[in-house]
Amino acid sequence: MLNQKYGVGEKAPRVDGPSKVTGEAKFTADIRLANMLEARVLRSPFPHARIRSIDTSQAEALDGVVAILTGTDLGDIDPYYGHAVRDRPIVAIDAARFAGDPVAVVAAENAYIAAEALELIRIDYEELPAVTTLEEALAEGALRVHDADLLRLGLFHGLGDFRPHDNICYEHHMTKGQAEQIFAEADVVVEGEFRFPAVYQYALETHAATAVWHSSDQLELWANCQHPYLVRAELADMFDLPKANVRIHVPFIGGGFGSKSYTRMEPIAVAMARKAKRPVRVVNSVTESMWTSRRHNMICRMRTAARADGTLLARTAEMWLDTGAYADNGPRVVATAADAAPGPYRWTAYQIDAYGVYTHRSPSGSYRAFGATHLEWIGESQVDQVARKLGMDPLEIRVKNLLKPGEPVRTPGKPMDADLIGDIRKIAEGLEWDKPRPPKVGRGLGIGLLAAGSRPVSTAFARLESEGTVTVMVSTSELGQGARTAMSQIVSQELSIPLSQIRVPDGDTMVTPYDRSTGASRSTTLAGGAVHLAALDLKDQLITIATSKWQVARSDIILRDGRAWVGDQSATLSELLFYHFGFSGGELFGRGIIRPEQGQGTYAAGPVFWEVCVGGVELEVDEETGRIHLRKIVSVADVGTAVNPAMIKGQEMGGAAQGLGNAIFEEMVFSDGQLLNGTLADYRVPRMDDIADEFVSYIVQNEDGPGPYGLKGVGEGILAAMPAAIVNALADIGIHIDELPATPERVWRAIQQSKSV
Amino acid sequence: MNIQPTFKLTTTINSIPVDAEIETRTLLIDFLREHLGLTGTKRSCDMQICGSCTVLVDGKPVSSCTTLAYEVNDREVLTIEGMAQNGELHPIQQAFLDEYGLQCGYCTPGMVLATAALLNENPRPDDTEIKSFLSGNLCRCTGYFPILNAVRRASERISKEEG
Repeated sequence: MLNQKYGVGEKAPRVDGPSKVTGEAKFTADIRLANMLEARVLRSPFPHARIRSIDTSQAEALDGVVAILTGTDLGDIDPYYGHAVRDRPIVAIDAARFAGDPVAVVAAENAYIAAEALELIRIDYEELPAVTTLEEALAEGALRVHDADLLRLGLFHGLGDFRPHDNICYEHHMTKGQAEQIFAEADVVVEGEFRFPAVYQYALETHAATAVWHSSDQLELWANCQHPYLVRAELADMFDLPKANVRIHVPFIGGGFGSKSYTRMEPIAVAMARKAKRPVRVVNSVTESMWTSRRHNMICRMRTAARADGTLLARTAEMWLDTGAYADNGPRVVATAADAAPGPYRWTAYQIDAYGVYTHRSPSGSYRAFGATHLEWIGESQVDQVARKLGMDPLEIRVKNLLKPGEPVRTPGKPMDADLIGDIRKIAEGLEWDKPRPPKVGRGLGIGLLAAGSRPVSTAFARLESEGTVTVMVSTSELGQGARTAMSQIVSQELSIPLSQIRVPDGDTMVTPYDRSTGASRSTTLAGGAVHLAALDLKDQLITIATSKWQVARSDIILRDGRAWVGDQSATLSELLFYHFGFSGGELFGRGIIRPEQGQGTYAAGPVFWEVCVGGVELEVDEETGRIHLRKIVSVADVGTAVNPAMIKGQEMGGAAQGLGNAIFEEMVFSDGQLLNGTLADYRVPRMDDIADEFVSYIVQNEDGPGPYGLKGVGEGILAAMPAAIVNALADIGIHIDELPATPERVWRAIQQSKSV
Repeated sequence: MNIQPTFKLTTTINSIPVDAEIETRTLLIDFLREHLGLTGTKRSCDMQICGSCTVLVDGKPVSSCTTLAYEVNDREVLTIEGMAQNGELHPIQQAFLDEYGLQCGYCTPGMVLATAALLNENPRPDDTEIKSFLSGNLCRCTGYFPILNAVRRASERISKEEG
């Protein structure tokens, strides 16, 4: 099957499928090095505590324990990391700042011994007062999680100059016009306070890293990181090595969803390997991964003003996002939340004020469609509320106010680059919006925008070997999104060779060239763009060779079915290379470089494209139990051009399932800074028996994206749309929710409240 | 000194007899992954919720993360590495490929083996039976629809072959 050519637009089989159904596919924790030790991490039981002393003598005496790492081992390096704010030590140095903060690490001959040794480490803690909620952290005179004056900014925030202060790690403000004046005079005003929970990404594969500190200061890692080049730079900086001395291999990744973006367990593995002088592997438990990265919980106050004819006029939003003890990707999440707050509408005025707040809780970072997921359900519920007050149809009010292509979204930044009205009409079509609803069945719509693409710097090589095989060297991590298949299809399209002749190996910073990151729906657009250019470069070289061989014009030569043709004459790629080098050796390299078209590709200048976050649901509710049953989900993937329609549909269904989880099941519950539901037994993610009765998915191809063939990224939008569509569908049957997740209990209480009104 | 009690294990893994002296505390998942190098079996929740570590013991699905290796003494274990025969994918594996029933692939070994257990027990399950049986296997990527389709297709194919 793989012997066929599968170009762009075709339902190619996954190139990684066979290795994944047979168990051959290697993930980070599957790699076992000779002489390797297993590390386990001892973590603080207190949300805030000073470490007076650590006694490791008993643990060291345990047979099989090789080395123990504590804060005192870090004196000769810069132990602080954090790509936005350098606020996080490898292990606690003076104090632990959340319950779960790493305090010591044991490396032993096997994981059982390492776990046993953790029990034998004696730590003298002085428990300190803590601010464990947003309210506590924001209170007048609140205890500071960090001394803001001592904080340094990180290497990759891309947000311009900013200064953390008090417990605010980052703030982002956007102003257009005079919002207050409009609110004073508007026909309709709606307002509310909303709460979004802390959510766990739950990639099934937990965070893991294996490190070897070779002689002559060569550092080698295997890690399940989404952004190997950013991790490399942070490690080089911390351990004072040239970046080229840090080699990171990225095997298959068992789901990322943002949880594996930026630096995770790598510094612990490296510091431990450096001390133990042997290879060290560290693999988190699920509980530890929950402590390692999560989605920000948030409180948001929003108001929306409109004219009696349904014209949306002004919006204000103030939001506080709990970034936990360390900033992680909080600043970017806050900026993206601010961007998502107005929604995709034409406003006369808005005032958006967004804050990232330090607390003594586990740190928050990226999770698929961050910012947009936080805000879309709030803004969209207010649009529906306005419509209800005015007796307007929710579809009609959106069509009236949605931005059209070319209209400014925010200034500065990229104008609207998608057909939003076409997209929402497609959702309505899928929901059979015009047909009457069955009794007690609610329908809801949601549409929003996500600033996608991140910094547009990606590079790739395509290596053509003498027998005609192309190896694509690109550092996009394969997380399951299908990057290796999409890259292969782009090469197949341009060189007209079958997938069986194309290989995309693991990322390896010594071999596969620079890519900014794997996230923000950027890979097919930007890394795919680099691969596209690399393939075109190869094609160009092949045509030059064919021109010389046959002494014809370039325009006479075409590539088809894996051969170069001039009229009836043809040669395989292998024959062309033989002609060029004079024997069966020698290779060609194609090169692709994507960089900002103008400026430096900063956040403010972006985004690379606006990802449309649109969806609809039809649902019913069991009034006795408050349980929601999804009858139908409708998604629209507005992708410009579909490289692989089957995989796009897979992204939509998977994103919708996570959106369902965020909307009605999932919440990390904290009490006094302690995570109460830190296992999969207590933390409920969607199961197969939770899926909707029907999933309708459309792919819109307007060729309006910045990538090759006019494509743009996909996979996050439907997640952000799901809570919005669900909350609006509930309101459609009189159930008003202002705090997620909409658990049976919350839904049941809302039903009782609506009955008592 | 820290002397761990040991156990002389005699078992069959993917139709191959295996004898090994192991620490009694060794979990089946670690025996498979670390002692035998059969890393297709995946660890995630470590508490019988997610199904990633599912293997078949005498044809029944078992969470290898919470099974001690000595419990499979004199029994037959099937892991994902034993599903394909003579280089031919098992029809369940082929169905997962055909239906795009995987993305990251981390849950896939457990899903394939749980599906094998289901179809051993009930060759023509209806959707409710499939959903109920596989609700002990979590997937975070696919949204489950493609997996449901894969199980339906595998069931049809196997019934046809045997029919």
